[in-house]
Amino acid sequence: MSIPPLDDRMQRLTAVRPRLLSFARLHLRNHAQAEDAVQDTLEAAIENQDSFSGRSGYETWVFGILKFKILDTMRAQKRQGTWQPLEDEADDEAIDRQFRRNGSWVKEARPASWGEPEAAFESETFWQVFDACMIALPDNVARVFSLRELMGLSTEEICRELGIRENNCWVILHRARLRLRACIEQGWLTEETP
Amino acid sequence: MIMCRRATELMSQRLDRPLVWQERLSLRVHLAMCGACSQCNRQFDMLHEAGKRFEPAARDEQE
Repeated sequence: MSIPPLDDRMQRLTAVRPRLLSFARLHLRNHAQAEDAVQDTLEAAIENQDSFSGRSGYETWVFGILKFKILDTMRAQKRQGTWQPLEDEADDEAIDRQFRRNGSWVKEARPASWGEPEAAFESETFWQVFDACMIALPDNVARVFSLRELMGLSTEEICRELGIRENNCWVILHRARLRLRACIEQGWLTEETP
Repeated sequence: MIMCRRATELMSQRLDRPLVWQERLSLRVHLAMCGACSQCNRQFDMLHEAGKRFEPAARDEQE
């Protein structure tokens, strides 16, 4: 695989930019900082094109740069103390509403089928709902979820990055998944089946 | 016997760490009997997969 010519690269960067931006926005939850991270990424991609080995796809490589920029920005956010502290083991009302006291599902919250995963992933609506539900998560919860599921870090790495215990990380991820599934089910299934 | 709420904890943690055999067993028994939790389990898997799909790599390489 060879390095794509400059014209082609510019075109591909332009094409991938919106996806980079929505990815950055889900992590940083701040539009200006997401714009900055993407801008830095595009500049770095052009300046450091020689380090593109062609082993992975070009877009994958650009995405790798963005991941570094996002982690940098998150570390800066953490240093500046703009993060709310992670509440420890506190009860989560949004989760409590899904279960009865004995631990079984509340009737209205019982999970329904989302159909074939591939069909969902092909659907524009699914991604819109996913995006909206991510934005609706509390900052702290979303941060852990996006590092785990979008960035692909292990819970051990997340603990190191955020300075929390691994057990705490699992609790937060469980909450994130339950909140997301409830939100997506509400937004998506009602949209799909009139 | 574990209840649904505990089962969802295990199906979530299954995605982040290997479960010990007692956990795997109690989750499997619960899922075999509980349709709602089986759906939830599929949804967690989908969320896990969706995270990977968000990146262009997986999609572009299929194109």
